Amino acid sequence: MMEKVYSRPSGIFEGAVTGFCPGCLHSSVSKIVCEALDELNMVDNACYIQGVGCGGLVVTYFDIDTVSAPHGRACAVASSFKRCSPETLVFTYQGDGDLAAIGLAETMSAANRGENFTVIFVNNGIYGMTGGQLAPTTLLGTKTTTTPYGRDIREHGAPLHMCEILNQLEAPAYIARVTCADVPNVRKAKEAVKKAFRCQIEGKGFSFVEFVSNCPTNWGMSPAESLDYIHNTVLKEFPLGEFRAK
Amino acid sequence: MADRVFMKGSEAIAEAAVRAGCRFFAGYPITPQNEVPEYFARRMPQVGGVFLQGESEVASANMTYGAAAAGVRAMTSSSSCGISLKSEAISWMAGARLPVVIANFQRGGPGIGTIQPSQQDYFQATKASGNGGFEMLVLSPSTLQEAVDMTAEAFELADRYSNPVLLLLDGFTGTMMEPVSLPEPLSEERIAAIRASKTWAATGKRGGAQHKVMCGPGLDTRLSQQAMNREAAAMYAKWREEECDCEEFMLEDAEVVVTAYGISGRIAKSAVKLLRAEGIRAGLIRPRRVHPFPAKVYDSLDFSRIRGIVCAEMSIPAQFATDVEAVVHGRTAFAYALSSGGDILDRSEIMEAARGLMRD
Repeated sequence: MMEKVYSRPSGIFEGAVTGFCPGCLHSSVSKIVCEALDELNMVDNACYIQGVGCGGLVVTYFDIDTVSAPHGRACAVASSFKRCSPETLVFTYQGDGDLAAIGLAETMSAANRGENFTVIFVNNGIYGMTGGQLAPTTLLGTKTTTTPYGRDIREHGAPLHMCEILNQLEAPAYIARVTCADVPNVRKAKEAVKKAFRCQIEGKGFSFVEFVSNCPTNWGMSPAESLDYIHNTVLKEFPLGEFRAK
Repeated sequence: MADRVFMKGSEAIAEAAVRAGCRFFAGYPITPQNEVPEYFARRMPQVGGVFLQGESEVASANMTYGAAAAGVRAMTSSSSCGISLKSEAISWMAGARLPVVIANFQRGGPGIGTIQPSQQDYFQATKASGNGGFEMLVLSPSTLQEAVDMTAEAFELADRYSNPVLLLLDGFTGTMMEPVSLPEPLSEERIAAIRASKTWAATGKRGGAQHKVMCGPGLDTRLSQQAMNREAAAMYAKWREEECDCEEFMLEDAEVVVTAYGISGRIAKSAVKLLRAEGIRAGLIRPRRVHPFPAKVYDSLDFSRIRGIVCAEMSIPAQFATDVEAVVHGRTAFAYALSSGGDILDRSEIMEAARGLMRD
């Protein structure tokens, strides 16, 4: 008899079919989140706050309680939800436009209040769902549909480093930047998510895991090229690591 | 036993909310309603509720959305330009069918307006409080007792229809003091039972099926936005039949009808009484709810007897009056008593407008 060594995380619907573009790391990030929930036995006790953008597509795979939030407002919705349901494990899942542009005030304020929930932040340096516009995290020089001549620091500013910015605040309990661009890092990423969730379970306050991710479609690259680009270029701008672990 | 107390309007409304089982409030400082969040900040810790001062109007409204999604009776308040900012979340509440009570202490004009009493947000409140063509029940009290009663009623209606409900107020109602009878607070057991009855609320699956509190289909292609819109439209249509609420005062033999809502309705009522003392047979139509609009009350007036209608409101241009005109559709003459920008409606102007209709 064969031993079953791996199965679909219980937080993902049986038969769920991914709607992400080929090679998009959202698939890996959402799977890791559900594996972490399984390993902490929290699938039945979790609530996911849906952001707007490609990240919101995970709503069609997650078999866990879900509340949708307006674009950028996931951290405001999560703040009140968690305070009204302190026994539930609450996490947002947001892209860079959602979290670091239109939702920057909500992100910073929730972090500064030390709200006891977890942010899963997927940073692919571009607005994916809307077709490849400038994001707050877009690398300098990058051509997007709204920076057709490349991101210019004098015109568009420099990329926002959310982990480093949040690390200036007193309250956050856990801040880490990870990636799913290679297998060893996938393992580290899952450990980071589990640490963040444990922080919340132990009531330590705001926890934040940034995934350096890709967008083969809007980067104009093959999936393999996009992973190489992460390793060779993006990680130089967004270094991985644990910034804070209370 | 009800408590009889002398209270400021903002605080009476906040206390009425607490007694109605409101256990979450988020707000942002804006005049003339700062006493509302200040009161909740003191009161919520005493009853095991949550008060949050949001980083913005936008955030505080979305916080209220989040609390309602967790099944808690939740409220937010603001004033005019603040309500504009909250309109994102209000639209989402309607889209997600979340019960929330929202209070608007209206200002006196576009943009920042003025902070003095006004009724300049009628169209926003009744026609489009956000994108997407949703509707809310809109309650507008003319006394503090009515404000207290309507606050409790608003929570009941919000839960009954699973939809946001708007209290349409003004700086008068917020800042004046009057004696009010406060109802007996709901018991903690009752509040817990109300929360437990919201079986749609997100709680974690806890061995059961998934709860999804979504605004519209939320990327789920199996769901139809059109079907959701039809369901909401059916509810709005039902409101027009079942949820109108209107005071009719001395209409039986009235030759001139004064109509006004909210605080203007109170000024108008005193004008009607003084006109009667002058021998002018005046009557009053005062919608307690301005949405759904009590069209039948106006439509069923005896236009063979009535010489005209005086529309009184603290808005320039007139807004409430346009709904009255649309129902009456030229069947009698109209006169107007309007003030705006924080200038208080002048009772003598209402009376002079009524006298003018009787002379014409």
